[in-house]
Amino acid sequence: MASLEIEHLEKSFGANRVVKDFNLSIEEGEFISLLGPSGCGKTTVLRMVAGFESPSGGAIRIGGQDVTHLGANQRNIGMVFQAYALFPNLTVAQNVGFGLRVAKRPRAEIKARVTEMLELIGLPDLGNRYPFQLSGGQQQRVALARALAIQPRVLLLDEPLSALDAKIRVSLREEIRDIQRRLGITTIFVTHDQEEALSISDRVVVMNGGVAEQIGAPFEIYNQPKTRFVAQFVGTLNALEAEVADPARGALRVGNTEVILSEPVTAGQGTPVTLAARPEVLALGRREGNDTVFTGRIVETHFLGSILRVRMEVEGQLIALDTFNRPGNPPPKVGTEAEVSVASRDLLVLAD
Amino acid sequence: MKSKKLWSWLALAFGALYFALPLLGTLEFSLRARRGVYSLDAYRSVLADPQFRETFSYSVVMAIFTILVGALIVVPTAYWVRLKLPHWRPVVEFITLLPLVIPPIVIVFGYIRLYNTSSILPLTGTTTGTNLLLMLGYATLSLPYMYRAVDTGLRTIDVGTLTEAAQSLGAGWSTILARVILPNVLVAVLSGAFITFAIVIGEFVLASLLNRPAFGPYMQLTGANKAYEPAALAVIAFSITWICMGLIQLVTRFSKHTNAKR
Repeated sequence: MASLEIEHLEKSFGANRVVKDFNLSIEEGEFISLLGPSGCGKTTVLRMVAGFESPSGGAIRIGGQDVTHLGANQRNIGMVFQAYALFPNLTVAQNVGFGLRVAKRPRAEIKARVTEMLELIGLPDLGNRYPFQLSGGQQQRVALARALAIQPRVLLLDEPLSALDAKIRVSLREEIRDIQRRLGITTIFVTHDQEEALSISDRVVVMNGGVAEQIGAPFEIYNQPKTRFVAQFVGTLNALEAEVADPARGALRVGNTEVILSEPVTAGQGTPVTLAARPEVLALGRREGNDTVFTGRIVETHFLGSILRVRMEVEGQLIALDTFNRPGNPPPKVGTEAEVSVASRDLLVLAD
Repeated sequence: MKSKKLWSWLALAFGALYFALPLLGTLEFSLRARRGVYSLDAYRSVLADPQFRETFSYSVVMAIFTILVGALIVVPTAYWVRLKLPHWRPVVEFITLLPLVIPPIVIVFGYIRLYNTSSILPLTGTTTGTNLLLMLGYATLSLPYMYRAVDTGLRTIDVGTLTEAAQSLGAGWSTILARVILPNVLVAVLSGAFITFAIVIGEFVLASLLNRPAFGPYMQLTGANKAYEPAALAVIAFSITWICMGLIQLVTRFSKHTNAKR
């Protein structure tokens, strides 16, 4: 049985439908990310699961129990907010123990649980501090401990890392994932940061305009995007305008260059299509094998440390390609001619 | 530049004289009950008067009840308006300002008309009823200050998110109000409370027309019949107000968690 089931979930604010027929089934202990641009409805879905918004339609079940119309304080769900939301009048230990105190648990149990939670988040000595005496990262870890202290059935994380600086963001997301794995708690993580979503999730739900465009493992989402939106939102994507030359052979034409795909094309001859390729599947120069080779001109180069990003003009269109930095290979000169090769199986044809 | 500074100092000095001279005059006069020397005779006489003690303690008790009732009405209201009815805020603010616009004499006549012995709710028929009416009247008078203080306090915390955080941890509305909202606006409630205290101690119209033995009417009575004692009373009343203001400052400074940057 799925740990959390969302069926045909709908939410409208007036005439504005912000969530449309949203379906998701999450297994026990799974880590799911809701990924999408702001206004895509991901936070609204999370808030409906938490009970802060009531759905206009559909159902939410946790462990088989229908919670659609249950109050937020009766769902036993742990929630971590972007703004930490620690109670400023309580110490760290009191914050962590808040849920247990509300549940009128015995004092000794609360104390033991608080100690356990503070150890879990690696801040065993900060129990007597007030929230304002902690850094942002520490506050968010305390918020996580507070959410976990009540042993919730589901953990909801609403952009918990957005307010933190880059380095802490990366270390804390790994820490969150580690704690989540150890406790085996079903988790939904809302983010607009695709790297975050791809790096820590079991599955990613890419949302756009209130609709789940694609649900899948990070590898699948990145490499086999089902819609143009997913392809463009997740990762960087080069989109080249092309035309079908021979559907049976899988041949396309990009300007004067012929591209042979690994599979036949369903669209008829002469149909305009979009050919897409990730920057890292493109390589400077000619490689062995039956790669498609474009000739173009270097427009600019960005040295990003471990990665060199090159922008080129190919058949009148701009593309970007990434190569790893090698100390012996200086970046190509801007304005020079260069060849770019790509393997057929790395190319995607996007439906318009 | 220099002349500008000079003018500022002059303005300040003028202001200080304007406010301080009458006070100093009153203080000096209150000490002259004994001919030729300064003495505390007027204060002694005031403090020895059993009526002073009775009326003063009556007003203090009324003030405490007024503060409790005021806080009980204002904190949940201001919280709810911020949380769920933000577009109603201007309306609520306007309502809380009304006591500043409507004179107490009008309010008290309204009360007497509405709650007299021949009405459905004959509050003025009994002493307890009249006390209750007076206390509610005081709560009305202090509404503008109490509401503003609490509302400002609520502005410094993220009411919505804290509420949701508490809800997700299983807390119901009363728990949220008592354990999350109230402690975080306590400083604001206290500053509202001290202003309320100062208002209630000096209030004359409501107490006098409802015929209750409060401190305000007592001061008026003393003022009409004695020479030095009213000055002493005025100094005492001023001191109480100032001590209240000082307490606001102290409480604000010494509350632990409010040192957070805002």
